[in-house]
Amino acid sequence: MTRCDLQFDSQGRLRHLLTIEGLPRQTIAEILNTAESFISVGEREIKKLPLLRGKTVVNLFFESSTRTRTTFEIAAKRLSADVINLNPAASSTTKGETLLDTVRNLEAMHTDLFVVRHRESGAAHLIAQHVPAHVHIINAGDGRHAHPTQGLLDMFTIRRYKGPFEKLRVAIVGDILHSRVARSQIHALTTLGAAEVRVVAPMTLLPTAVEKLGVQAFTDIRSGLEDVDVIITLRLQRERMNGALIPSEQEYFNLFGLTPEKLAYAKPDAIIMHPGPMNRGLEIDSAVADGPRSVILPQVTNGIAVRMAIMALIMGGPGAGPAPAESRRTE
Amino acid sequence: MRVQIAGGHVIDPANGIDGQQDLFISEQGFIAGVGTAPDGFRAEQTVDARGKLVFPGLVDLRARLREPGLEYKATMESETRAAVRAGITTLCCPPDTYPVIDTPAMAQMIQQRAWRFGLAFVHPLGALTQGLQGKLLTDMAALDEAGCVGFSNALEPVTDTLVMRRAMEYAAGFGLTVFLHPNDPWLRNGGCVHEGEVSTRLGLPGIPEAAETAGVARDLALVEQTGAHAHFCQLSSARAVAMVAAAQERGLDVSADVTAHHLHLTEHDIGFFNTQCHVLPPLRADHDRGALRQALASGVISAICSDHQPHEPDAKLAPFAESEPGISGLETLLPLTLRLVDQGLLGLVEAVALLTSKPARILGIDAGHLGVGATADLCIVDPEARWVLSVDRFTSRGHNSPFLGWEFHGAVTHTFVGGKLVFEAR
Repeated sequence: MTRCDLQFDSQGRLRHLLTIEGLPRQTIAEILNTAESFISVGEREIKKLPLLRGKTVVNLFFESSTRTRTTFEIAAKRLSADVINLNPAASSTTKGETLLDTVRNLEAMHTDLFVVRHRESGAAHLIAQHVPAHVHIINAGDGRHAHPTQGLLDMFTIRRYKGPFEKLRVAIVGDILHSRVARSQIHALTTLGAAEVRVVAPMTLLPTAVEKLGVQAFTDIRSGLEDVDVIITLRLQRERMNGALIPSEQEYFNLFGLTPEKLAYAKPDAIIMHPGPMNRGLEIDSAVADGPRSVILPQVTNGIAVRMAIMALIMGGPGAGPAPAESRRTE
Repeated sequence: MRVQIAGGHVIDPANGIDGQQDLFISEQGFIAGVGTAPDGFRAEQTVDARGKLVFPGLVDLRARLREPGLEYKATMESETRAAVRAGITTLCCPPDTYPVIDTPAMAQMIQQRAWRFGLAFVHPLGALTQGLQGKLLTDMAALDEAGCVGFSNALEPVTDTLVMRRAMEYAAGFGLTVFLHPNDPWLRNGGCVHEGEVSTRLGLPGIPEAAETAGVARDLALVEQTGAHAHFCQLSSARAVAMVAAAQERGLDVSADVTAHHLHLTEHDIGFFNTQCHVLPPLRADHDRGALRQALASGVISAICSDHQPHEPDAKLAPFAESEPGISGLETLLPLTLRLVDQGLLGLVEAVALLTSKPARILGIDAGHLGVGATADLCIVDPEARWVLSVDRFTSRGHNSPFLGWEFHGAVTHTFVGGKLVFEAR
């Protein structure tokens, strides 16, 4: 594992969140604990905290998104920040402006935090290398590389439902090759010490040397799901047939689609997760998606608290939270 | 001007010279004597080379000068100046200029422009197919006549195997060398890094080793079929090296080169998206680097080149896959090669041969040696100088290098081209 020094300031505090790779375990625990303390905010009558009052957050989404952008927007607003949503894919970049020029222009408007999504791996790193010290970057998905806030909200969800990671076997099923979510989940799970992390997919959707990330690869879903505590299914883009990666939707669903029958290979109390948006009948059967073991909707709810925690920690420093003294919990 | 280079340690692999000798350069710019002065020689200028190494001027098999077409990146003047500062006196430029070198006029224009600046000699490669489009052959005989030292489709693949066969056959008939960049475009599939550990970690589209080996296998089959005289450019993988070695063993007339950066870096140097390490073919795994180094030592690979590609800063200020590939490599060619000597991989004479006589032989030109009567192209190197590569040190207009911050051993103090002092360190 390589540490990404760009994410920390000279005092070792988290300055940007670009990837989970190389984050110390205690940093992840601090984010999850802080998120825990924010959960109750969403259940209150007045869902606002003044932690980021006067700060400007720009949601800079070069690639479209509904869930991620909306939960970031809600999270920032609950922390009292001013939020602006931009979708430059449709404006300046098509006029030939470079990525860095777009960012520099927005920075000149005194933005404090950029939440960035871009189709190219490494886009958030590039931006973080070129912003002044007081500007923060959160990666909301870069190409196939990372989606750290999704990875962290998934860890938060797993911890809430299944407890300590050391005993957990987790299987990630689907298009690992193209998935930034899978990469972030793998780094988070290996850092948190999960007993076993498995990836399950046809060979064409598994990246080369995936074992080097600390996972075991399976092409047979039956052995891949055997005795697991957590199943994460990934979205399969319907156009993957075109690159000769899979033969047909039908064959994919038959072999890898999560059905009640396949669920039976896992532990009886295993939970089912999906980062969304789902293709029902392709990677997941409705009976599983809507079944009692699905935590897919709680994942979305938790996403708000986790993103609040990340923004508060990055911009507010350690001890950020609604009432840090009482509500912080240790791992 | 008659020049005497006095007291230097001359290394001239082509002539088996490795020892302290004086060199004498004639009025006309040729080597007039080695060791002993020709009768009646009176030097007008004497260069004190005591404690220094004297090499033939280096021959770089591949350097993009960006002219014509991309003068915002660099010019022929800026890059030939950078070359002589780095001890390189002969450059070969690939045909992927704008416009492409597929007419005698273009080939002559490039040589004449270089000649006008009087710095390094520039030899063009002609395009193997018109416009590098892989469809129609170029007028190879006329291009040869106009000074092209070989033919290449540069990084553009010739996907039609029949066209490749005809191109090789046609070239073979006139004894022309074909320079090949083996690469299967379908397997490359838009990749930008080696398909392996790092592509998986960073989620970058990978170029599998098979993109290179499938290309080598196809081209070797065609070389065998046509009897073409072929040179493989910048091999990057252990398996490709083994295939070329096996072909040489069978007696096939094939040579190969490697870039200096593939001998020192691997995929891991990309770290978190360092675009300075974005090169084609990509930096590969540790064992590939090891095999390339071994192939140098064993002679399977007979030249080290810079694959110089100067860029303006913006070319690298983009997300990795969107950044432009290439390294400004002229000024690190000799230092990176000397580092291989320091590391014990190569002897000094061998290292100098890989930068002088051997690449000259691949190009079929009379350069890269200091025999009496040869053009007096040479460089003098202070082996004790230690320096760190920084942006201000570049003479090239391109400052794009993954070696910024590296400490090097050995620096060029003088360069002569055609007997004329074209660079002297201050």
